[in-house]
Amino acid sequence: MQPSRRKFLKTVCAGAASLIAAPVILKFLEPGEALAAMEKSKLRWAFLVDTHKCIGCGFCVKACKNENEIPYDASVSRTWVERYVVKKDGTVLIDSPKAGRDGFTSPEVEGQTPEAQDIAKAFFVPKLCNQCENPPCVQVCPVGATYQLKEGVVLVDRKWCIGCGYCIASCPYGARFFNPQLKVAEKCTFCYHRIKKGMKPACVGACPVGARQIGNIKDPEDPVAKVITTSRVAVLKDEYGTDPQVYYLGLDRAVR
Amino acid sequence: MTPDPVMIHGMEWTVKELFVYPNESINWGIMIVMYPYMTGLVAGAFVLSALYHVAGKTELKKIAKFALLFSMALLLVAPMPLLLHLQQPLRCEEVFFTPHFTSAIAAFGMIFFIYFIIVASEIWFIHRKFFVAQSMARQGAQGVFGRVAWLFYTVLTLGAFNVDEKSLHDDEKAVVFLAGLGIPVACFLHGYAGFIFGSVKANALWMTPLMPVIFIVSAIVSGIALCILTYSIISLWRSFRAGTKTTLEIEEVSKAAKYLLTFLILAITLELLDMVFRGYTAMKSWAILRSVIFEKDIINIFVLQYVVGNLVPLILLLIPRPTIRRILIAVAMILFGVFMMRWNVVIGGQAFSLSFAGFMHYHLPIIPHNLETYKEGLFGALTIASLPFIFFWIFNKIIPVLDKD
Repeated sequence: MQPSRRKFLKTVCAGAASLIAAPVILKFLEPGEALAAMEKSKLRWAFLVDTHKCIGCGFCVKACKNENEIPYDASVSRTWVERYVVKKDGTVLIDSPKAGRDGFTSPEVEGQTPEAQDIAKAFFVPKLCNQCENPPCVQVCPVGATYQLKEGVVLVDRKWCIGCGYCIASCPYGARFFNPQLKVAEKCTFCYHRIKKGMKPACVGACPVGARQIGNIKDPEDPVAKVITTSRVAVLKDEYGTDPQVYYLGLDRAVR
Repeated sequence: MTPDPVMIHGMEWTVKELFVYPNESINWGIMIVMYPYMTGLVAGAFVLSALYHVAGKTELKKIAKFALLFSMALLLVAPMPLLLHLQQPLRCEEVFFTPHFTSAIAAFGMIFFIYFIIVASEIWFIHRKFFVAQSMARQGAQGVFGRVAWLFYTVLTLGAFNVDEKSLHDDEKAVVFLAGLGIPVACFLHGYAGFIFGSVKANALWMTPLMPVIFIVSAIVSGIALCILTYSIISLWRSFRAGTKTTLEIEEVSKAAKYLLTFLILAITLELLDMVFRGYTAMKSWAILRSVIFEKDIINIFVLQYVVGNLVPLILLLIPRPTIRRILIAVAMILFGVFMMRWNVVIGGQAFSLSFAGFMHYHLPIIPHNLETYKEGLFGALTIASLPFIFFWIFNKIIPVLDKD
């Protein structure tokens, strides 16, 4: 049978299309990737901060800076501690000198030294990257240099980041900054290099009062997951739809 | 505040007030003000030229030719401020090679190149006859310079030497098509610059769906204004130097100014609508936005942007019997006003802390003491602002669009 021109063209087109489509549809996976794709992730890191326990000593900030090689005297930090002083007249005074690194040794807040009888409540709030389930920083990175792991942690590829600062602008929590030495975006990783080896993050290990804990929210037997699922916990800035994974016990409405 | 012992990007020109998160600083400085300003000028200049080619506004013929070539000069400069503000400028090509398409910035490479191709081909179709004539005239030219010039124009013809009536007519059709195609692409180029800001949900001042529209309209305003200003000044200067009466006609300038006026009114309306809406809905962020808009930045926003940059030029353009001088003063003020609008968006958006409990003040680095304070300071901005004129000067040597036909 004489092959018709239509048939011939059809075959050629189909062949060309499949040639183009093959590398798009069939993705060759690294062995690690294949393994990760097969098993459903049973791990999702989550952080628990008990603000009732925090004493504002700043050990977490010190430990973090040393562990992650963030210049010790720079004002930026992967984690920081905020002090809140709510006065009886409703005014809220907040500070975080040197990111809370050296603790809060002066009673002066925002240039004021409120009298004890004027203070309604005062407390400390540790902050770090929320490793959001829906991270805006990952969404806006123009080159894909920042990415979310299956375990939920958001990382930055220091060899890929172009330093545009879009991720810094898009984080509602102020968790990101430029690493002053590497000139790339920098952020808390829950000390991913430690937790993947079964260790605790530096800040968790350094906290003398157990105000900071990390756990696997997908494991019902995990003590941290138990607290998060059974206690009344809050997250920061829920309204941005980022689904943050740092949970707070005793979060006050004054906290920003 | 004592300066940081370790140089952290942004901290150098940021002064904090009340409570600001430790990691916050004004990361996006003058270069990110210049970036939407320059892309806006590109889009505006192109729209002005397209008004002649597509809408057939013949009174704009001379200025349209100029505007298109000037748009090209501006287009080459538009990505430079982005490049200068990168902390890792040597990795900039990753935006083109590994774009991450959920990011608004990732689309930049594509839109920019599509637009570049449209503008370049439109210029080529308009001036092909000129290239052919130049190539023919220089055939067999003596001397190195003459031969190089012949080769240059011959290459520019791309081998299309046919200049009979039909092929020239086809050229014209292509120009109309490209100009028509270019308008939406130009709007997209700039609308997406607005999207870069408008989609940042963390930033209370930036996040509004009106942002891309406001950016497009004010872009057209600034682009037309710059074309009128540059075109008029060059025309006046040429006739002054030649000692002849100026060929610049009031009809031509005031026609272009009329289009400018329409877009200006639209821009002001949209910006005011945005502000009124924010005040009326008074969301959580309004308290801090109000203190930025009505206290911290009141001079920048109301005096410099709205009064000097919008209201006064609006009145100057509305007064009957326009004169060239009055129009030129008005367009210069409008250019300044659009610049202040970009400033108030970019810097104003970072004037308050994400905590809504503190403020940041921007101090533009003036005298540079290192590379960073040069490229993200006043002199970096002046370099960027002067480059389009240098590029245009070079282009005009190749294609003299300012000479009479």
